[in-house]
Amino acid sequence: MNKIFKMAIRNLMRYKRRTLLTALLITVGILTVILFSGLAGSFKEMMIGQITDSNLAQMQIHKKGYVSSIDSMPLNLNLSPKEYKTIEKILQDHPDVVAYAPRIKLSAMLSNYAETTNIRLNAVDPEKETMVCPDVGNRMVFKDNVREKIFVKPGEIIIPKNLATGMKIKAGSPVVIVAQNKDGSINGLNFTVAAIIESVLGPQGKEGYIHIKDARTLLRMEKPEVTEIAIRIKNFNKLNAVYADLKSSLLKFKNKKGGLIFEIHTWEKLSPFVNIANMIDIMTISMKLIMIAIVLISILNVMIMSVYERIREIGTMIAIGTSPNKIMGLFLSEGFFLGLISGIAGNVIGIAGIYLLNIFKIRFSFGRMDNLILSPAININELFWLTAIVLLVSVFATLQPAYKASKMEPVDALRHV
Amino acid sequence: MALVQIENVSKTYQMGEVPVKALQDVSLSIEEASFVSFVGPSGSGKTTILNLIGCLDKPTAGDVFVAGEHVNLLNRRQSAAFRGSVLGFIFQSFNLLPVLTAYENIEYPLVMIRNISQSMRSKAVQKVLKAVGIMEQKDKFPDQLSGGQKQRVAVARALVTQPKLVLADEPTANLDKKSAVNVIQLMRSMRDEFGTTFIFSTHDPKIMKEAEVIFTLEDGMLVN
Repeated sequence: MNKIFKMAIRNLMRYKRRTLLTALLITVGILTVILFSGLAGSFKEMMIGQITDSNLAQMQIHKKGYVSSIDSMPLNLNLSPKEYKTIEKILQDHPDVVAYAPRIKLSAMLSNYAETTNIRLNAVDPEKETMVCPDVGNRMVFKDNVREKIFVKPGEIIIPKNLATGMKIKAGSPVVIVAQNKDGSINGLNFTVAAIIESVLGPQGKEGYIHIKDARTLLRMEKPEVTEIAIRIKNFNKLNAVYADLKSSLLKFKNKKGGLIFEIHTWEKLSPFVNIANMIDIMTISMKLIMIAIVLISILNVMIMSVYERIREIGTMIAIGTSPNKIMGLFLSEGFFLGLISGIAGNVIGIAGIYLLNIFKIRFSFGRMDNLILSPAININELFWLTAIVLLVSVFATLQPAYKASKMEPVDALRHV
Repeated sequence: MALVQIENVSKTYQMGEVPVKALQDVSLSIEEASFVSFVGPSGSGKTTILNLIGCLDKPTAGDVFVAGEHVNLLNRRQSAAFRGSVLGFIFQSFNLLPVLTAYENIEYPLVMIRNISQSMRSKAVQKVLKAVGIMEQKDKFPDQLSGGQKQRVAVARALVTQPKLVLADEPTANLDKKSAVNVIQLMRSMRDEFGTTFIFSTHDPKIMKEAEVIFTLEDGMLVN
């Protein structure tokens, strides 16, 4: 076997320029995949992080039917205190749930005493909310840029940036919020603007914040109802498993008609970014397919040429008694080593490229979010699989020329000029 | 039984739609340790008969026996194994493997075909290197050797497995006169030293004189 490998490597070195060009082509293919995967993966993870850690949370539980009518923010689909307790018990018992936070969602009118506009509000318990969305405060600009530990206190409101700009509202400004409760009665409360919040992607990314106690007062709730429960889990990679677990626990609760009482959704069902994330995945797969095509065609081409140029040599080897398997093994080794050399070079240059991209930080804007910094990364598993695919495709591309070489008739091969 | 027994062998090639009779009803036998030459003009069937003896091709009719084996009946894999164990080949264009040194070319059949140990290989290669007189050139690649040196490496490669029979198709055709005579004399001395049967083809009268047994072919028929 060593002799075959030695001959294979020497045969590759025999046609240095051709080997170099082919290896270069494959290396560039691998480099492109690594850089694209690194950048696109980083963008995707960052955006998902932004959405789940500063706004949506990783999962949400609602009363059944709420999400399908989420745009109108209905107040008659709130969870009762008893239902909240039931869900709370399930969440407290689940080992993978690290935090949960109750929220009340409402639509209201915002007035700065000169102008009035509508506003979507997220009423939260700030301490619990920070546990579920640890980056929520990062989006807020407080008065004099002094960040408060509890980002919203009773009597305070956080206004979305676009509204604040349009209505010339600043942190510290007094405003009035007027809202209608589920019984149709209208109530108003005075607030002080505690901070201005930057938007994130998605309809829920442009909501203001008030304290949950204020929402209950504003909506004149007799009992402490909740619109949704936001959830954070220990390991984001286990999202689907925890979701399935919680869903099956919630499925047990049915109303008198036998219908479900609760519904649970992951961020993917709640944010439009999932379509962009899917598109990124499709593009990454497309890049890999292009790389596979590059490896397949370039190695197939090189090996076909190699067999054609060495017909007499193959004839000699067969004539002196080399078995067809060893002839095949020789050519398969050549394809394998060409893939291996290219794979190693592609990985090394790719890692260097990722390192350089991290040194020269790439800043970009997405939607209303500015100054986002990409931190491209690629994990060892992905590099391993990428190399494995390149090697597999290299050997596969060599199969036909190698088989052809092994099946040559020595008398014809020796006669070849 | 003779080392090579050819009985009523014919071989017809199809050149497009025209059948070409390369050999017609040839019968002959060759004894062990003999030094045999097939002579005749181009197209007389010398290469064809060597290919049949060397299990590189199969006859259209008749039977070929080599070292007691009915070689017509061997399949591809069996033929390869038989060639590796019983036969040695020397080619007109030397046919050394360009990526291997002289030493590695000679060692090739022992590694790739016989699969014998490193120490045994080393002994066998050293022995033939010394016998053919190219010890100094053992680490050179084929493109660093002269024609005569290449053919000596080819002779060594053919002999290293200690075959019963070495087939050489026009082994001197690409050599100058001096080198050609040297190579034939080398082959003969190898026959004397190792007792190997040599069969070679040539159309050079000076070379054919070196043979002990000469078969003359004309238009695919044995005439002498």
